Formats: sequence, C-alpha cells, structure tokens
Amino acid sequence: MTVNATLKVKNRLGLHARPAALFVQTAGKFKCSVKVAKGEVEVNGKSMMGLMMLAAEQGSDLHLALEGDDANQALEELKKLFDRNFDE
Amino acid sequence: MIVIKGVPASPGIAIGKAYVLEDEEIIVNKTEIPKGKLRMEVKRFKAALDATYRDLDHAEQKVLKTLGRQHAKLIDTHRLILSDPLITKDVPRRIESEQVNAEFALSEALETVNQTFEKIEDEFFRERRHDLFDVGKRLLSHLLKREKRDLTTIDAPAILIARNLLPSDTINLKETKILGFATDLGGKSSHTAILAQSMEIPAVVGLSDVTHRVKTGDTVVLDGDHGLVIVSPTPEAVTKYQKEQKKSIREEKALDTLRGQPAVTTDGKHFQMGVNLDVPEELKTVLALKPDGIGLFRTEALFLNRTEPPSESEQVRAYTHVAKSMAPHTVVIRVADMGGDRLVQLGIDAPKDEANPFMGLRGIRLLLRHPDLFKTQLRAILRSCAYGNVRILLPMISSMSELRASRQLFATAQQELLAEGVELPKKIEMGIMVEIPSAALLLDHLLTEADFISIGTNDLIQYLLAVDRINEHVAHLYDPFHPTVVRVLSQIVETAHRHGKWVSVCGEMTSDPRAVPLLVGMGVNMLSVSPRMFLRVKQIVMSLSTASAAQFVSKALTLADSEDIQRLLNDLLDAGALPGHGPAADGHEPS
Repeated sequence: MTVNATLKVKNRLGLHARPAALFVQTAGKFKCSVKVAKGEVEVNGKSMMGLMMLAAEQGSDLHLALEGDDANQALEELKKLFDRNFDE
Repeated sequence: MIVIKGVPASPGIAIGKAYVLEDEEIIVNKTEIPKGKLRMEVKRFKAALDATYRDLDHAEQKVLKTLGRQHAKLIDTHRLILSDPLITKDVPRRIESEQVNAEFALSEALETVNQTFEKIEDEFFRERRHDLFDVGKRLLSHLLKREKRDLTTIDAPAILIARNLLPSDTINLKETKILGFATDLGGKSSHTAILAQSMEIPAVVGLSDVTHRVKTGDTVVLDGDHGLVIVSPTPEAVTKYQKEQKKSIREEKALDTLRGQPAVTTDGKHFQMGVNLDVPEELKTVLALKPDGIGLFRTEALFLNRTEPPSESEQVRAYTHVAKSMAPHTVVIRVADMGGDRLVQLGIDAPKDEANPFMGLRGIRLLLRHPDLFKTQLRAILRSCAYGNVRILLPMISSMSELRASRQLFATAQQELLAEGVELPKKIEMGIMVEIPSAALLLDHLLTEADFISIGTNDLIQYLLAVDRINEHVAHLYDPFHPTVVRVLSQIVETAHRHGKWVSVCGEMTSDPRAVPLLVGMGVNMLSVSPRMFLRVKQIVMSLSTASAAQFVSKALTLADSEDIQRLLNDLLDAGALPGHGPAADGHEPS
C-alpha cells in the first residue's frame, strides 16, 4: 500500500535536530518505507541526517511517500507530530 | 612578536611553548575486497560500530561525572547519528555493491552527505555536519585500529594550538598538562568554550588561522581575558604578562581563601552574598563559590533553542536540582523574562520585531498574556519548593494590577496542586523585581503584596535615564553614578526596610567594584553577583565598614553631578580602602 501526503513545517526553526530526531523515532516504529521530499531532494525519512539535509525551514512543504502494510497508520502518527508542532 | 586577536572563551593568562595539534586528516585508501570476503568486511564494520557505541557510553559517563546532565545531551545526538541508516545501511551496501573496504565505503558515504550539507545556505543546518564528522572520525579510527588522538600523552606543560577542539577532546584536558588552548574555529558560546570555563583553563577561540602562524615549540602568551595570542613575544611583553599572571594568581589565591567565609564587614556586620545563575550548567561553578544563596536564577535558558516550551515536569527537574543543591540556602527563581521573539520560536503566537522591545511586551506583561505558560512555570516552581528554600520573583512589574493578577494565578496554581495531593510549604515568598521607575515610586503600595524585592539595576538605570545601552550614540550616557540613580536606589532600599522587607540587588552594578561601597552603604540585604566577580566583590565588602559606607552614601546624596560622586568614590579608593586599588596594594611586590 502506498500513501502520499504534503505537510507544512510550522516550527520557526524548521525541522532541526530535535524535531528531526522525533520524526525518525516515529517513522522507525513502522515497517513501511518513508520517503520525504522537499523540492527535488528526496531522503529516507528514517534517517535524521537525511532529514537535516533537507534544511526544511519554517513554512516549507514536505512531500511524504509511505509504502508498506502499516503505511496508513504511520502517516497518521507523523501527521499528529506536525499538528502538535513536534512537542517533546 | 605577532599579536593575533580572537574571541576570549575562558579567562586567565598562560605562558609557555606551543604544541600544535595536527589536524586529524585521516587518509583512506581504496582497496578492492574479493567477493568471498565481503561478508567479513561488513562484519568488521559492524564491530567498529559497536566499539563506537561503547566509546559514546564511556564519554557519557565522563561528562555526567565531571560536567553534568546538560552537557550529556550532546552524546545523545551523536548516538542518533551513529544509528542513522546513512551509516548503518548505506555503508554495508556500498561495501557489497562496490566491493570496497569499509573505510573507503564510510568516507565516501560521509563525503556525499557533506557535499549536500555544504550547499545548505542556512548556517544552523550547515553546522550540524560537524557532529557527523565527530562520529565519523570515531568510527574511522576504530576501523583503522588507530587510537583517537590522546591529549594526555603531551607530557610537558604546553599551550595547545588546534584547528578545532571537539567537546570529546576538551573533556580530557583537565587530566593533561595543557596550560591553555587556542583554536582557529569556535565561538564564545560553543560547547568547548563552556567546558574550558568550567575547568578554569584559559582559552581563545575563533582565531581563524592560528594553526598556520604558530609552530610547535614557539613561545606563546595566551591572554584569555582579552582574546589574544602573542607569538614569539618580546622579553618585555613576557615580563609584563608574567607580572600580570603572578598578580592574578596572587589575587586568585587571596580570593580563594574567601570561599565559604562569612562576608563580614570591618565593623562586624554580616552581609549576604548571592550569585546569579544564568544557565543550569553553571551550578557546579556556583556551588564551589559557597555563596549564601542564589539571588537570581534566570530561567530563560530553559526556553532557549527549542520549538516548544519546556514541560512542567522538565521544569520541576531543573528547579528541584538547583534547590536541592543549594539547600538550606535561598534560591530566588525568577519566572521567565522573555520577549515576543522568543515566544514565536516556541511556536506561540506573539508579536515579533517590536520597534521598541524594552518598552514592549515582555516579562510579566507577556506572561500574563499567556497564563498557561505562566501557570505551568509557577506550578513547576511550587513543586520544587519541598526540596529547598525557594522564593519566586516576578520580572518587569510596573503596577499593582500586574502584581495582583500574578498573585491570583499563583493562588490558583497552589490550589490545583493541593487538590492533586502535592504537599506545599505553608508560606512561599513571592517578590518583585524593581526595575521600572513606576515600581520604584509606587513601592510602598506594592510592598503590601510583595514579600521581598530585587533591584535590577541594568534596566532601572536605562529607564531612569532614558538610555538605550545598545544605541552607540547614547550608550555613554548610561551611568550608575548619576545622582538620580543613587537617589532612587537609596529611596527603594529605605522604603523596603521601612516595611520590613528583604532587599537584594542583582544586575551589573553589583559587579562594579566602585559601586559596591554605595550598595553596602545603603544597607541592602543581599548582593547577587555574577560567578566570575563573586569573590572579588566579597573581598571588597569585607574591606568596608558599613558605618563609613553609609556616610559615603549620605554625602553622595547631597551631590548634583555624577562626576562629583565619582570623585568622592575615587578619593575613597585612593585612601586604600579597597584591596587592589590604593597605594597599600601596590607598595610591596612579593618576590
């Protein structure tokens, strides 16, 4: 199963170390693959360095593509993270 | 003689031979691995990974022991990098698909990441690659079976010159013979600088090319107070610095004996000497000074560099730790004094880029606008009260209604906690910062609701004299000895004492040796001083008599001009009343 979504980064500092770590930890709980793209750059959503490489600042749109049995569930969890502004 | 100017990172003077640390440029050769041995090669890589994990555990223990929990967060970041698929997955894949050795596969993987990072415009994101290198280097040295450079092998006293010192290098410096260090890279607030300060090793950073301008064996003077590195100094310069070094060592020694001694004036009055705590990391340094309390715990640092405010339990941990460490002494916790900019960073809607932030939405004004944020902090402070002697301080109070509204929220927080079954002390003191002129003039009324006051001299002087210290055109008008300042301070103290309330003074004025006699003369109860100046100020207090300081204040109050007040003060200094100033101190130079 493949699911796609576009999510907006709302934190002022963008997807820096702490939110990126949180994203990776959440994505890592699921079996499905998680690809994250900003513009033309696409990275592995289970890699913190990868996510940091996107340099996703506030206001940028991230395109998520998840593939696998638990893709829906994973997307739900990740969406929540964005909605909650990556609380700790 | 060459003088190179950098950033002063840690105070003190060091004189000695330079030891230039070669940058750990590790050269990696490409070797082809036969098909049959590829699995072995991957295994070798996994073993290096495990060894690096153990390194990090080891480093974490060391950091926790010597520097505390705050610094240990760095290790967590490094662990996350080590478990990143870019390393754990990418490298084995490269080994197998390209049939190459692990070292080569790793350095190729790192290089790819580096190239992407280099292109990032945002400095904040770009700089994160240094963390990747720190981890990458550890991994490589395990693969190459090369010991990571060990500074403890430098067996003669030396001044270390390096391109960059990683925190993992700096942790070890205390065990070495290194007198001080200078680096090309780094800033005042880098981890390395903070570590050097807490280890009391002089350091200058951000020198850009010091590694190219100094050779091992060169004589070097490191001036950590002014951020200078002097290469091949003239004999005169060496003599001058040796003198200064001796003098400061002598002063330090004299000051050192004051640790833990009660600050008693020459006429036998005991004075409370407090310390300002800006970041929880400094607690160790503060404890070593044995102060009578923390007169001002600025909590803003807890809200820094994050996208969400700290949770109640995180705050409870921070406050409890400080309260416990200081008990039975007082800890005055000031609720966060932040501006709108900070709140926006925390993901809270607030005005940013105010035209005049000093007169804008900050301090108590901002907290009252965001009662949830305020109440969470009040609850956290309340919950830490059981572990020590905690008082609460409100910043930027300018009116009775602000104080009452804060009190009300405080009462709500107390009731909530009691209903939740949390035990609270019967009485928890709540005081106000007196830093806005309206609060100073309304003090008699405010004191009916405030249990104590803390005078914030920096802001009070700015507001009294209408001088923005950041504005270079008027900064020279900022004057702690302006007669109005002296007058208002004296009135504040008098009013507070008439109401039987405790007065502390925080702000830079307490760290100005010339201003100390004034404050002592006014009879404030506590001086809360920055850790660096604490012992020096204590020494001055102990050299004063309250009676003559009080006389000095009454005389100063009759003067119309700042210059006259300063002249009066200089006369006092010239009379040798203060250590290290008058002729008495310069008269005899010990051999």
